[in-house]
Amino acid sequence: MADARAAPQEILLPVKPGFIVLTLIAALLLNLLPWSGYGLWVKPDFVALVVLYWCIEQPRKIGFVAAWLLGLFMDVADGTLFGQHALAYTILAYAGIVLHRRVRMFSVTPQVLHVIPLLLLNDLIVIAIRGLAGADFPGFQYFIGSFVAGALWAPLGVLLKLPQRPKPDPYHV
Amino acid sequence: MEHSAPPFFKTGPTPLARLLIFAALSLTLLVADARFNYLNPLRQLAAVIIYPLQRIASAPASIARRVGDFFVTHSSMRGENARLAEENFSNAAALQQLKALQAENAQLRALIAARERLELKVIGAEVLYAARDPFSRKIIVDKGLQNDITPGRAVVDDRGVVGQVTRVYPWLSEVTLITDKGQFVPVQNLRNGLRAVLAGTGNDGVLELRFIPLNADFQNGDRLVTSGIDGVYPPGLPVAQVSQVERNAAQLFARITCTPLAGVASHTKVLIVAGQREAPPRPAEEQKPARPKKPRKG
Repeated sequence: MADARAAPQEILLPVKPGFIVLTLIAALLLNLLPWSGYGLWVKPDFVALVVLYWCIEQPRKIGFVAAWLLGLFMDVADGTLFGQHALAYTILAYAGIVLHRRVRMFSVTPQVLHVIPLLLLNDLIVIAIRGLAGADFPGFQYFIGSFVAGALWAPLGVLLKLPQRPKPDPYHV
Repeated sequence: MEHSAPPFFKTGPTPLARLLIFAALSLTLLVADARFNYLNPLRQLAAVIIYPLQRIASAPASIARRVGDFFVTHSSMRGENARLAEENFSNAAALQQLKALQAENAQLRALIAARERLELKVIGAEVLYAARDPFSRKIIVDKGLQNDITPGRAVVDDRGVVGQVTRVYPWLSEVTLITDKGQFVPVQNLRNGLRAVLAGTGNDGVLELRFIPLNADFQNGDRLVTSGIDGVYPPGLPVAQVSQVERNAAQLFARITCTPLAGVASHTKVLIVAGQREAPPRPAEEQKPARPKKPRKG
């Protein structure tokens, strides 16, 4: 991790708001894919992951409104209690925005160690709300998705930073 | 960088204040939805907005299925054709009998002035996806208000009852499977006519008969059909088969486990039953029989 501090020093282009919206829609689309069987257990919550990513990377460009609305859409798509994912994503966004300076100091591996507990917290909120509404504990495999999401953090970072990389200057010698 | 602005710039409420606002908003929605069911219009609106996404997301799977259908081999097609012809032939005989029996039944019912049973009308629907929620067993199908689906309709496949429509959106509807925890189906033992209530357990492929006395006559392999006394499921649809009966004298009730007959967790096409008999008004001051609950929302 010699270049732990060096990587964030790279000067990136400002991110376009349209790109953020596009990635959030893509995450929603991934969540809506017809997952079934084991896929359902392994599947990370892409929306939570991408919301957390943007809250850490661009806390001024995305905020609670987006997280909350996405939560409502997930509630409708899953047919769950209205407001359940909205609450979970709101708290996730808050954690991301509050911790963004701290998380961004680290290289990718320690970042993942921040991200996984936050996503687990997201799961716990959902479980707590379901429990209050009378559902059973679904078993520990419910948390697998968050660990998979943690594993996806590094590739996600590379992918979402692609449009921000400066184009090579043809006149540069 | 733009995110480390000094605090004397105007940045609106602090994150904590915003968190509290949105958390309060979410909690309000939760309570309003869980306790009072006020939020249907809002839900419909959100459903319309994400409908294109839902269709796009389920497109790859259905395209793959269609492509797979197209490339079936000649021999498997012929085999299937032969099997279907045979099935059709044997069904034809049964169907002719059924026509005669129906006519006879109608006459007899007219004689005793019974209510005529409605013929079942069904609407075919395609399963778009299973709800991504390990807490409940639900599927989303591609027929909705536009096809005159209303909440409470029974959903069946070619082998038996799959579940019940619980929410309807303009072009989609949400079906709660009979295996969902909190989903109840009033049933009748086909062998001896005993009535019972079949409850989902939340596990795929496991149903449970609740509150059956120890000496009740249920055996392994008994087939359970809907009794129709609830006015939700039409009578006579196959539901499940008894797979295990445990009678423990220390307990008040027998433990009877059943497996659903329909491929509850594994289909791509289902039928939504349209024609339902209206239940007669409930007598006012009588002990209520075990009544199927509507599943709790959520």
